[in-house]
Amino acid sequence: MKKLIGLVAALCINPLAQAEKIAIVGGTIHTMSDAGTLTNQALLMDGNKIIGFVGADAVPAEYSRFDATGKVVTPGLIVSNSQLGLVEVGFSAGIVDSSADHSEFSPLGAAADVSYAINPASSLMGITRMEGVTLAGTSMNYTHAMFQGQGAVISLSGAEQPVVKAAAFMPLNVSGRAVDGLGGSRALLWPQLITALDEAMARNGKLLGLDEEYHGALTRADLNSLIQVVSGKVRLLVEVQRAADIRQVLSLIKRYPDLQLALSGASEAWMVAGQIAEAGVPVVINPESNLPYDFDQLAATLANAGRLADAGVSVCIGMNTHNARLITQYAGNAVANGLSWQDGLAALTINPARMLGVDNQYGSLESGKQADVVIWSGDPLEVMEVAEQVFIGGEAVDMQSRQTKLRDRYLHRDPAKPAPYTRP
Amino acid sequence: MHTQRKGIHVLALCISTMWLTACDDKPAAPAGEKVVINQDPYPSTYQAMPSTPTLISNVNLLDGIGGMQEGISVLLQDGKITAIGKDIPQPENTRVIDGSGRWLTPGIIDVHSHLGVYATPETQSHSDGNEATAPITAAVWAEHSIWPQDPGFQRALAGGVTTLQILPGSANLVGGRSVTVKNAPNRTIQDMKFPGAPYGLKMACGENPKRVYGNKGGPSTRMGNVAGYRQGWADAQNYQRQWDKYYEDFDAGKNPAPPKRDLKLETLAGVLKGDIRVHMHCYRADDMGTMLDVMKEFNYQIASFQHAVEAYKIADKLAENNVCSAMWADWWGFKMEAYDGIRENIPMVHAAGACAIVHSDDDKGIQRLNQEAAKALSDGQRAGIDISKATAWQWLSANPAKSLGIFDKTGSIELGKNADVVLWSADPFSTYAQTEKVFIDGALAFDRQDPDSWPVADFELGQTGEGDAK
Repeated sequence: MKKLIGLVAALCINPLAQAEKIAIVGGTIHTMSDAGTLTNQALLMDGNKIIGFVGADAVPAEYSRFDATGKVVTPGLIVSNSQLGLVEVGFSAGIVDSSADHSEFSPLGAAADVSYAINPASSLMGITRMEGVTLAGTSMNYTHAMFQGQGAVISLSGAEQPVVKAAAFMPLNVSGRAVDGLGGSRALLWPQLITALDEAMARNGKLLGLDEEYHGALTRADLNSLIQVVSGKVRLLVEVQRAADIRQVLSLIKRYPDLQLALSGASEAWMVAGQIAEAGVPVVINPESNLPYDFDQLAATLANAGRLADAGVSVCIGMNTHNARLITQYAGNAVANGLSWQDGLAALTINPARMLGVDNQYGSLESGKQADVVIWSGDPLEVMEVAEQVFIGGEAVDMQSRQTKLRDRYLHRDPAKPAPYTRP
Repeated sequence: MHTQRKGIHVLALCISTMWLTACDDKPAAPAGEKVVINQDPYPSTYQAMPSTPTLISNVNLLDGIGGMQEGISVLLQDGKITAIGKDIPQPENTRVIDGSGRWLTPGIIDVHSHLGVYATPETQSHSDGNEATAPITAAVWAEHSIWPQDPGFQRALAGGVTTLQILPGSANLVGGRSVTVKNAPNRTIQDMKFPGAPYGLKMACGENPKRVYGNKGGPSTRMGNVAGYRQGWADAQNYQRQWDKYYEDFDAGKNPAPPKRDLKLETLAGVLKGDIRVHMHCYRADDMGTMLDVMKEFNYQIASFQHAVEAYKIADKLAENNVCSAMWADWWGFKMEAYDGIRENIPMVHAAGACAIVHSDDDKGIQRLNQEAAKALSDGQRAGIDISKATAWQWLSANPAKSLGIFDKTGSIELGKNADVVLWSADPFSTYAQTEKVFIDGALAFDRQDPDSWPVADFELGQTGEGDAK
């Protein structure tokens, strides 16, 4: 049995990368399950699965030990909605798969599907995963149409098959800013939206076959995509800010009883927190957004997250791409402004797992779930603490990225030679 | 005798009889009047709020110049820091604030803000930050765009920001003059101007100008950008020579006609004379390297590179040339010139002996610059760069103040400095620390425990969420 003295050894020789059975021993383990927070325990992982917990002094001999004494152990973090895997550099730098031109194939944008577009070799994957993010919802954010296609849940492991769940959710933006591109008035947007969903609803869940004659207004591609939404198979993630618009969104549930909703943005959600909680709708927010960017967000406040959680709303944090890694800071600031610490961590783990429909495999440290685990230097919501080792699917990930290589080149540059000859 | 004519102060000088005779010979010329341009036509009308002597006792002090002391007391009186020590005699009617368990720091100074020029709500009507009509718009002044009702000022105050530089945007090679303000918005912009602060000039490298002007007559390339700066400085040199000649001739009694005033070249010439400080948006190391030579070619000083995402690659050169870098902790990748951003940029610049500054360029980021410094400090420490918290606070106050030319007045907790200080609920390098009290010139500008005292912008009065905890 290999005994690892500590993290330094782990980083240098990284024998865990190949290990089948690993025990993370000691530390404070936040399971994010009913088991709560554990100490003096060992988390057992076999292959890509979590086996369970045993006492720290009862680790079976065949397990390689990772010493987490004095550390904090959490599930891998989950970014609720991003463009990870779809964009390398967003601006003036070539194709960006998170945006698309207007398409005759899918005039409503519902049929676009990012699961075909994910690049697991993107530099953002390594940069983000070494900071503790192991899973992400990812979707388009600009389609020149009402819907932003079908978003996916992806693993940040860098593996050949990054897609954990295709068609996990479909973004729709009904905020004032989106209205600008969709007829210029909510009075036009909403009837368009309801007409499209009604048409999908009228199919009673039956997809339109190739041989069927059809006289509806939607293209086959959009229709079949929206049937999945109104039947609750694909969650509708609605970006919305103003309290009145949130009430309008919630009213969709009466029309389409099987609809699975989530809200994003939601600056004024705290004002209708009770109704959101009653409807059981999760909310994805940026808890640092506290300015009236438009007249839809006059009531934006840092207290949004805490007030929503107090009302019983499931809060998810994470709407960023290049700096998706900052979700820990976002959550920390939500905690500083009224969210409980446990709800802060839940907003990065079990809550987004549920929102994305992958909580049977992700979001908590429980027997049978994927072994996505992070060992932190301390409280992960503290800005001065870091992920010291990340495991995805039971494998210790390489804690380097393109950015750490750039750093190391210029920290240890050989001044006698041109910079490209320093190879970190 | 001073008279005002089209913004120019015309000073009548009667030096000699001979000179006056010359005036009489040419009555149509501006006889007897030496044209002197007023350098401060929009003077500050800032007035500190009322204050009472305040003793903050038994507090953990970060003085902002590298020192940390525990259990110390600091006296704020008449707008200044008047005593620092263990046992300070209290003047009568002194308010005593128990600083136990709390931390006191200099107020945060953000050298890169667009509050007021890109105010919230972000309507087209409020988009006043880029005069994107010509690549060199040195004639424009940011202060003429600032909307003091921007709710962002109050949010930044709650984050401990007491002073900020507001700049034009980066669409242009030369965007225009910046202004340094106290974070005390009032009815007019002059009410918040930092008394005695020198002007800055916003310039920009790289992608933005060439993108904006690529289809509008150029520049469309980086080399076009550099040709633009150089021609601008050459024109300013020529302009300054005309004025120098005018004053020389005037003083020689020749009664010359003054040159036509050119507001653009007047500002550029102000840089060449050392009166106006250049703050230049540059991301790439090679762009900055080129600008260091443009600076030498035309003999001016760049006070700071703004954003400076690749400053870590040339930190030694930045130190040699005495140019500050104002940086984010971790922003990267949103465009090609930001692709090589790394988390250790700030500590690596600092470690090379160059001047490092934490900046925001963002109405959310400005609310927690202490956390940006904390991230940079932590990342530097983990990369083996030994920096203390006390040293790191220089990135937030002293170095920004030096780059803005106001360090003689603010930016540290030292005797005689303006009493611009922040009392934090806990170690400000923690995510959970919040400002409890923010003082500007000794006046309590923000008190978290007293919601009724919070400033509320006109825009937010009578609206949903008025007076809420923001």
